[in-house]
Parts: sequence; C-alpha cells; structure tokens
Amino acid sequence: MPTLKEVELKIKAVKKTQKITKAMNMVAASKLNRAQEKMQAFRPYANKFAEVLGSLAERAGGDEENAPALLVPRAEVKTVDVVLMTSDRGLCGSFNSNLLVKCERFLKEKADEGIEARLICMGKKGRDYFRRRKANIVGEYLGVVGARFGFNVAINAGRILIDDFLEGQADEVHMVFSEFISMARQAPTIQQLLPITSVEKADKEALEKEDTGYIAEHICEPSVEELMAEMLPKQVYVQIYKGLLETSTSEHAARMAAMDNATTNCKEMVENLTLAYNKARQAAITADLMDIVGGAEALKG
Amino acid sequence: MAGNIMLEVVTPDKSLVSEEAQIVVAPGEYGEFGVLIGHTSFLTTLKIGMLRFKDSGGGERLVFVNGGFAEVLPNKVTILAESAERRKDIDVERAKVALKRAEERLAEAGRKENIDARRAQAAVQRAIARLKIAGTRRAA
Repeated sequence: MPTLKEVELKIKAVKKTQKITKAMNMVAASKLNRAQEKMQAFRPYANKFAEVLGSLAERAGGDEENAPALLVPRAEVKTVDVVLMTSDRGLCGSFNSNLLVKCERFLKEKADEGIEARLICMGKKGRDYFRRRKANIVGEYLGVVGARFGFNVAINAGRILIDDFLEGQADEVHMVFSEFISMARQAPTIQQLLPITSVEKADKEALEKEDTGYIAEHICEPSVEELMAEMLPKQVYVQIYKGLLETSTSEHAARMAAMDNATTNCKEMVENLTLAYNKARQAAITADLMDIVGGAEALKG
Repeated sequence: MAGNIMLEVVTPDKSLVSEEAQIVVAPGEYGEFGVLIGHTSFLTTLKIGMLRFKDSGGGERLVFVNGGFAEVLPNKVTILAESAERRKDIDVERAKVALKRAEERLAEAGRKENIDARRAQAAVQRAIARLKIAGTRRAA
C-alpha cells in the first residue's frame, strides 16, 4: 500500500503533465489550422498548373524521340534518390514511425533489386533515424516541416534533385511523405518525382473538373517544347511543395490526436489515483480509530 | 468599351489578385504584351518584371511578378507566378539590401557563366524590378 504522501505527490505530478499535454494539444490545433489554410491557398495554383501542363503535354505528346529528359524513364536504374519527409519534433504518436517504416521497406525493396539509394531528409526525425543506420544521406533540410516555409524551399530542393537526375547521379527520384486524408487519418505515401509520370493523370482530373470539356487551343510563345521545358521543373517543385504542406498538416493533426489521448489518459490516472488516495486516507483513519478504541477499552479494563 | 477582362494572379501562397480589369499589360518572354477582352487564347512564360492593369474604376495598378507564366483566354487572364507582390506591399529596404548583396555576389563570381552568377543576376533583376515599381508614381 503506497503511503498517503506518495499518492498525493503522484496526483500532483500527473496533473502537471496533463496541463502540458493540454497546452500542446491547443498549440497543435492552431498550427494545424494555419497549415490547412496554407494548403487551401495553394490549391488554386496547383490546379491551374496541372491544367495548363496537362493540355501542353497533350499537344507535345506523340513526339517520343524529342521528349524532354525529365519525362523519359531510364532503361537501367542503378541509383534512386529518396526524399523522406518527417517532422522535426516528436510527441506526435506513430506519425514518424509510420513514415520511417514505409521508407525503410521501400529502401529494402530497392536494395533487393540491387539498386543503390541515396536519401534526402526533410525533417530531423528521419535524418536521425537513418544516420544511426548509416544510410547514405546526401541532403538534409531541417526546420521546414511543421514550421513556416515558403515555396523557395521546394525550389531549392527541387533544383538539386533535377540537376542530380540530369547528371545521371540518380536515375529515379521518389518522395516519401504523409498524405493528409482527414483529421484522424494520415497515410504515408510514396510518389515518384522523376522522371515525371503524373502529367497525364493531372490532365484527366483537370478535364473532369471542367465540365465544358473545352481545352483552349493556345497560341504558345515560345514554342510548346520550350514552354514544357520551362514548366516541367516547376512541376517537380509543385509536387515537393505539396508534399511538404501535406506532411506538415499531417504532423500537426497527428500531434493533436496524440496529445488529446495523453490528456484523456492523464484524467483517467488522476481519477484512479484519487480513489487510491481516498482509500489510503480512509484506511489510516480506521487504523487511528481502532487505536483510540483499543486504548479506551484498555483503560476501562 | 467592350467590357472588362477577368484577371487572376495566383502564387503558391495565395491568390493575390482576382478582379476585373480594363486592360492588362504583362512582361512576356518576348516583350511586354497587352491584353483586352476578346484576346485569342495564348500561353507564354513571363520575365521578372512589372504587371500593369487598369481596374474597373480606371485606376492603374502595379504588381511585381517573379517569373512564371500567363494563360490568356478570351475573357480571363491567369498569371501563375512563383511569387508576386502588389506595389504597396513591396519592401523597399529589403529590395535595396538584396540588390547590394546580389551585386557583390555578381562581382565576386566574375564573368564566369556558372550557376551562382546566374542566380545573382536573377536576384539583381528582381531587386531592380521591385524598386522600379515601388518608385513609380501612381498615375491618376
């Protein structure tokens, strides 16, 4: 049986923890709000971009021989670059471990095929994890995911990836990020960044949205090919930026849920401890009473 | 007048402008071009520079655009820029500092045609365009 004092201290400690988790929950909620707004703000740009690129790709299509290098799959894939997005901070439930497991499995698959992998880590958790495992990390970006960041982060990272791809240091580039499905669900996802595969898909989506089915036959200045050359790298930046936004939003959602759980658990613990405390107190009182009664009986005797 | 054309300037961070304009003048890759309502569909890349338009009240508005491209439809102009600012939002001090820094970098890089020099050049262009727009007196 724990003593009264011990239980009392424990209750105090748990209540303090509860205060912290509650505060973290609220901070995460407000950050989540901001991240969601940012995602909302990005949507018009992304949609329009996909629409224009899609209609361009349709017109440029068919000319397989002169297709831009960013679109052509390599016949032999020897090295892949993997962009891993995780959070910088912990205390967000299984958010990071989900991403790490997904990434590790992917790396294993590639290793089994005899493909070398290089990692670009966006986020401290992923970097620390793979550094401990002595993986080949060629780039890291900290203080991005979950914080305030601009489009230029995606541009800088994307430019390096594209250069490495064109120089043949990497034959494919993939991105591991957390897709924000709902407040309760964030799914780790792998997407291929290079060579670009998603152009046609984006086109179809854009067409479905536009119920008129009207594709503008643009005059293009400069030529369609040059416009494509200008836009394809941007497509990579857009995808990276989207990944960063989704991952950030997911992180905050995951942390909010984790902290909510923690707060509930604290509450439960306080209840149980209070029960134990009252029991111990009652036991002490009973023991005292017995003593007094016993003493009185003895005097009478 | 035939009517107004819808102008939208969209950046990854936000939708900066979404209003009707009498005329839009944008810095195209091959020179500045003006768009009125009924223009042929047209797609072009943009240079770093100044986007001008007359709002429905006839007031002249200036917007800084950092590259990107423009899609012109008969009733609508969409500008997709990596970043853009309205004239009043331009931070003159920051642009001045950026200009100085970029010029120093450019001098350091010398005449070598490397990536640093190209980036410094772009930075110089951006700063100059920003300062030019901020310094322009608003007509009318």
